[in-house]
Amino acid sequence: MEQRSTRIALATWSALVVLFLWIPLALIMIYAFNKSNVQSWPIAGFTTHWFHVAWSSTDVRSALWLSVRVALVATATAILLGSAAAFAVARFAFFGREAVSFLLVLPIALPGIVTGMALNSFFIAGHITVSMWTIVIGHATFCVVIVYNNVLARLRRSSASLLEASQDLGADGLQTFRFVVWPVLSTALVAGGLLAFALSFDEVVVTFFTAGAQNTLPLLIFGYIRLGQQLPVVNAIAFAMILLTVIPVVLAQRLMRDTGVLRRGATAAVVTK
Amino acid sequence: MIRIRRVHVLVAALAVALCVPAAGVSSGKGLPTAIGKGEGQLNLIAWEGYTQPQWVKPFEKATGCQVHAKYAGSSDEMVTLMRQGGGSQYDMVSASGDASLRLIYGKDVQPMNPNLIPGYKDFIPALQSPPHNTINGVHYGISLQWGPNTLLYNTQKVKPAPTSWASIYSPKFKGKVTVPDNPIQIADAALYLSKAKPSLAITDPYELNQTQFNAAIALLKQQKPLIKKYWALASDEIDLFKNGDAVIGASWPYQTNTLIAAKVPVKDLIPKEGATGWADTWMLSAHAKHPNCAYMWTAWVSTPKVQAEQAIYFGETPANIKACPIMNKLAPGSAAQYHCGASASYFNSIKFWKTPIAACGNGKSNCMDYTQWQQAWTQLKG
Amino acid sequence: MRAARLRVSGLFWRHPWAKALLLLAPPLLAFALVYLAALVALFVSSFWSVNPFTTEIQHIWNLGNYRTLWDSSAYRTIALRTIGIAAVVTLTDALLAFPLGYFMARIASGRSRAFIFVAVLLPLWSSYLIRVYIWRLILDNDGVLNWTLRKVGLPAPNIGYSNWAVWLIFAYVWLPFMVLPVYGALERIPESFVEASRDLGASGLTTFRRVILPLALPGVIAGSIFTFSLTLGDYVTPLLAGGASSQFIGNVVYESVGISNNVPFAAAFAAVPLAVMGVYLLIARRMGAFEAM
Repeated sequence: MEQRSTRIALATWSALVVLFLWIPLALIMIYAFNKSNVQSWPIAGFTTHWFHVAWSSTDVRSALWLSVRVALVATATAILLGSAAAFAVARFAFFGREAVSFLLVLPIALPGIVTGMALNSFFIAGHITVSMWTIVIGHATFCVVIVYNNVLARLRRSSASLLEASQDLGADGLQTFRFVVWPVLSTALVAGGLLAFALSFDEVVVTFFTAGAQNTLPLLIFGYIRLGQQLPVVNAIAFAMILLTVIPVVLAQRLMRDTGVLRRGATAAVVTK
Repeated sequence: MIRIRRVHVLVAALAVALCVPAAGVSSGKGLPTAIGKGEGQLNLIAWEGYTQPQWVKPFEKATGCQVHAKYAGSSDEMVTLMRQGGGSQYDMVSASGDASLRLIYGKDVQPMNPNLIPGYKDFIPALQSPPHNTINGVHYGISLQWGPNTLLYNTQKVKPAPTSWASIYSPKFKGKVTVPDNPIQIADAALYLSKAKPSLAITDPYELNQTQFNAAIALLKQQKPLIKKYWALASDEIDLFKNGDAVIGASWPYQTNTLIAAKVPVKDLIPKEGATGWADTWMLSAHAKHPNCAYMWTAWVSTPKVQAEQAIYFGETPANIKACPIMNKLAPGSAAQYHCGASASYFNSIKFWKTPIAACGNGKSNCMDYTQWQQAWTQLKG
Repeated sequence: MRAARLRVSGLFWRHPWAKALLLLAPPLLAFALVYLAALVALFVSSFWSVNPFTTEIQHIWNLGNYRTLWDSSAYRTIALRTIGIAAVVTLTDALLAFPLGYFMARIASGRSRAFIFVAVLLPLWSSYLIRVYIWRLILDNDGVLNWTLRKVGLPAPNIGYSNWAVWLIFAYVWLPFMVLPVYGALERIPESFVEASRDLGASGLTTFRRVILPLALPGVIAGSIFTFSLTLGDYVTPLLAGGASSQFIGNVVYESVGISNNVPFAAAFAAVPLAVMGVYLLIARRMGAFEAM
């Protein structure tokens, strides 16, 4: 075990880093109640007016709805394609397996501006009119890799012999999936899906290059920031989102803990491959 | 450098097109004579603050045309957005003078019939058929609002009050200056030089030969260490002034209005050298999917009431003279403040934005074109 | 029905390649048709040029865009600034994240580990734009930071609208992307390895240096892929929080596409981060970072 002084130093450092992460979020929440629409410190006065404005704005609602739809479709696509690819890579040795891994990681490893630019030239060259679906395509490219990574990590930790055992005992593919694969996989899918959803929901750079006349929530927020008249509305939206997202984040954390991802030492016992 | 040379040839060709009236531009045949039934939707590219709920909501209610607006931060961005996806994404654009000609000659917009716009006959004469949207009697769009780019300063930090653009080039306010992040800003430097250095013989800040252009760039290079930030968004400048990061800079009246409303001690003025400015036009895309809604929108924003509302919100001057009394009713004194119904001499004193091309006004074609302006600006920012 | 299903399972069992093909075909086809095609389209279009007045793309093959990039010192400065700040941001995040990940994985109790985990993840869910914007308000001349320091009588650092601000904000917004893989890698180190090292007489420091650090390195590299590439491809933070000399490659690309409609030039400049990341990824894969993502 580490020395006491080391432990205290590490604990202090961790506390400072968490504070560094959270002070700005706390300030966002304070600014949401700013009476003036021009931001300065300390805030000009206290009002809940902006929450009302945000709630009743049709622009905010339609942007939110578009973002939710895009994120849902992109996540669903990512779960289908990402887990299929992860299965293939985890279970089969084939020529070019490394290349597949490399290829799938590209959209998240390459700078957003490259992905956005590339899709933009692709749509222009193919005379594809930008729409909700082009945003979905843009988001799905980097969501696939999130699900792929999560599922692959989980599959590598579970044993392939479990599948063999299941089939030896006479189960068909569907039964094996239902009783052996799914219990191992479901939490990885939920965790990967949540992260994919979050990334899609908050994406700006790729969306800018793949969206047409319609606004996703981040694009709307960017518009508000540049206009500068309704900045507290933006803060009010952020406030609501922080509160709302506590639920999925805690959920994701629980899932990962329950399945051993977060339990120290547990993984060593699970790793068989 | 082969690329540059081809640019020259092209621009020269375009200059010829500009001199030969209506070459390459379709004539005014086939204009609609009545506004048909609305298509239920309208996609706009607009300056920030041009599509406020205050006048968009009643329009949607009255016509059933659902308005979707995208804000653009510069004329260049507007041109690009209008051309995106084959030009069918957006129906209209609130183009300034430096975008309108590019859109007309790029065949991105189509002629409009001003007789379908009831407010048109009350426009100040200078904006009924201005050269930036009317070619050879064909109207490519309907004028909207206009105004000057102003010198904004903090009244507590900048004393005595500035009278000249010289103050944004003077080391006195080092690190506290802000100017727009826009190549057209080179014209502001040229405008200042036209008075400060008469030997350069600058007559039009958008028509600069190599020597004049180099002098303007040299001035901007010398200004760069003084700059806190080149503002790209209107809110950038508002934040800079509100939080004391900038005390003087080039601005739009919109920022002044917002800052004064937030009780920041600022004032703006048109310095003694004069000012550049904008004159905006609602233009109809050549591939518009909702032309009837577009005509209804143009008619709506030309009515005195909407003209007055927009003028006060943004801080600019309406094209429609009948808006002046309404402005005073909405905000006492505002008509005079924004020179509503201004005389021709005031209007002419503003150097309105236009696209720099190789053809100078004096018949020579050795001026720097806009591509060179853009390149110089990017390299200046570095 | 069941017999048929069993037959199918059996078929797949005997011919694993059939199943592999079935699983791989959809994602790979989708990727090849959209993403790779798009990357190729991007690369190809960088050899074209644009008519400056109509901004129509002219399909004439030339190296003009690359020559402009190479000849102009301004673009070289921008590229170096982008890569330099991306590297410094990555280093900063690694320094911030490693002790935190170590604390989470090896010292913290279950409850505090869960708390930190949520505290690190949550910011990812609140809008990136708003987090950047709030930093601008913090770093302003009369902002929260200067205000607080002046109150306690310390000199104000005044780093608003500068490359210092850009560095700090990038380090802030990408930090969770570093913490998660670093923590994951540290957590996967079996306790028995550490015990074995100690049993063999290694000191705490030696164990850290010879056992923990090498095993955690893939996690750090995996995190660095995120922080480095995210910084390399961003334009919003320099746009909002940068000063008079804060242009990034992303800003030039964004302006070339969104403002001057010069897609070929933007594509040529976008090839720079593409090449940089290509090399980076090849090195990262050698070091096993993909397993730790």
